[in-house]
Amino acid sequence: MIAVRGLTKIFRDKKRGEIRAVDDVSFTCPAGRIYGLLGANGAGKTTTLRLLATLLQPTAGEASVADCDVRTQPEQVRSRIGFLATSTALYGRLTARETIAYFGRLNGLSDERIAARTRELADELDMHEFLDRRVEKFSTGMKQKTSIARTLVHDPAVLVFDEPTLGLDVMAARAIVRFVRDCRDRGKTVLYSTHVMSEVEKLCDTIGIIHCGRLVAEGTQAELAARFGDTDMEEIFVRAVGATEANA
Amino acid sequence: MNWRNIFTVYLKELRDTVRDRRTLLSTLVLPTVLMPCLVFSAGTVASRIIHKASAEIPTVALIGAKASPAVRTALEANPRLRLVAATDDWRTRIADKKLRAAVEIPDDFDAALERGTPALVKFYNYESELRSGLAVSELRRFFTDYRDKLVAARLRERGLSPAFVRPFELRSQNVAPPEKVGGNSIGGLIPYLFIIFCFVGAIYPAIDLTAGEKERGTLETILCSPVGRTDLVLGKFLMVLTASLATVLCSLASMGISLLLGGSLLLKNGAAVAGAMAGAMPTLDPLGVLAVVAMVLPFAMLFSALLMTIALFAKSIKEAQTYVTPLVVLVILPAMMALLPGVELNTKLALVPILNLSLVSKELVSGVWHWPHLALIFGSSCLYAAAALALCVRMFNREDVLFRA
Repeated sequence: MIAVRGLTKIFRDKKRGEIRAVDDVSFTCPAGRIYGLLGANGAGKTTTLRLLATLLQPTAGEASVADCDVRTQPEQVRSRIGFLATSTALYGRLTARETIAYFGRLNGLSDERIAARTRELADELDMHEFLDRRVEKFSTGMKQKTSIARTLVHDPAVLVFDEPTLGLDVMAARAIVRFVRDCRDRGKTVLYSTHVMSEVEKLCDTIGIIHCGRLVAEGTQAELAARFGDTDMEEIFVRAVGATEANA
Repeated sequence: MNWRNIFTVYLKELRDTVRDRRTLLSTLVLPTVLMPCLVFSAGTVASRIIHKASAEIPTVALIGAKASPAVRTALEANPRLRLVAATDDWRTRIADKKLRAAVEIPDDFDAALERGTPALVKFYNYESELRSGLAVSELRRFFTDYRDKLVAARLRERGLSPAFVRPFELRSQNVAPPEKVGGNSIGGLIPYLFIIFCFVGAIYPAIDLTAGEKERGTLETILCSPVGRTDLVLGKFLMVLTASLATVLCSLASMGISLLLGGSLLLKNGAAVAGAMAGAMPTLDPLGVLAVVAMVLPFAMLFSALLMTIALFAKSIKEAQTYVTPLVVLVILPAMMALLPGVELNTKLALVPILNLSLVSKELVSGVWHWPHLALIFGSSCLYAAAALALCVRMFNREDVLFRA
């Protein structure tokens, strides 16, 4: 599971001064659930995910991923997490198979286990056709499938997806959404960040709306609908964000 | 430190680099092909120019000597000079390369010689112009001959032997071993080339594996894997070091092949010339050359770590190139200082990076093994390399460097 309490990240910039990218954020996502982190560009979604993936160090607060502390056990956290973001690209000069094997080895998998996992993932993601081709020649959809395979090769307990359908066509996006749902059904903890409302409606068990680094609303879709008096996710988002700005 | 992870990262980077044409070009192809091309093309062009210039009979303007038919006739009879009367614009004609040189002889030169009065012969040439220089050499040879004959005649007239004006001869002989001569003359050039290739070989991989990964978005992918930052840096560092050393070895092999081929071409073109050249060519101590390669190792480490550290600051390959390119001058300058005559290795200079390597290499290829200096240079260079590597690891742990927006 993912447990976040009072997580804060402050960047210090010479020109802009102190920037609170993530400000006192707390949430929990148990195993077998998808937690949707919804926010506009620059709201603090990616920074929150980077903190959980131990790419950044929190300024304050606590977070644990699969019972490992992000501050004191960063390598253990990374071995239990699968992190897929728009900013995590692939090595163009490696084939899909080599990419999966590389990350498998870094996760401590044996060659036999890597071969078995590559077969399983290629079956699940329908990758056999391009498994031995270099990534630089891939379409966006093929790249995204390879990225997912790279993320899942060590079968992590926690999955963090940052806008995984960005730039994909409808069919490829649907396949990714279906795959994320399958992960949840297999008992994985999934943190899903997006600004596509339809995906949130289809996928997320719990939704957290983040704005200017703060978690401004949280709950199931039904709970949020009751709180903001609308069932449309877009309306809920606008009202949650609008209410924060009005209060500010 | 996890050696399995370090090795995994290294092998991946090696595979990635081998598949990258640009890296292969800058690391292996250029130093391998460039050296023989430079040696052969420069050698062939220079030899052709000199051959053509030597074959030319230079046109020389004669100024004066109006009442001196003897010297005039002797000059005109010289088949290696084409004598013409000087016009008013003879200086311009030399500058325009229509004349190679001019010789000014006093009008009463013959009479002055008869009287025994010293006479002055002046040569005019265009400094640094090869053909003009050759013309003056020929004039100088002619007049030295002319003077010697005159002196010999005067001595005969007075019944004196030539030893009267030449009571003793002068001769110098080299006692230094050939490798020592080689070390002093071209010994400074060997490490200079090694240092340049060692640095140049590391540039592209260092940029590609740091700023290049940032630009392509793959750095974040590897950072979110369980591999530790130290292991990641070491894996990448080993790859940059491999590229740097591969460039040095390729350039060394290429230099060797160039010299061998050059030697065989020389033999083919004329055994006599080859024999003369072999006597004149300085030789190097092969063990010394190998020792230079060994001494280059900590410098390759230092360059690799430093280049990675600097390139990591950049957000893109282009920005990294802007930071790294001026460093080439910083590397060349101390390497060049060792080529200056009189700069000798001492304990203080043994601690100055690059300059120490250049100086000790000069000694090594000359067959001089000064062990305290060697130990000091190798030890201090290893320390510098370790410090640079530690700095690189530190940079890889800085968020503001890795995620610079």
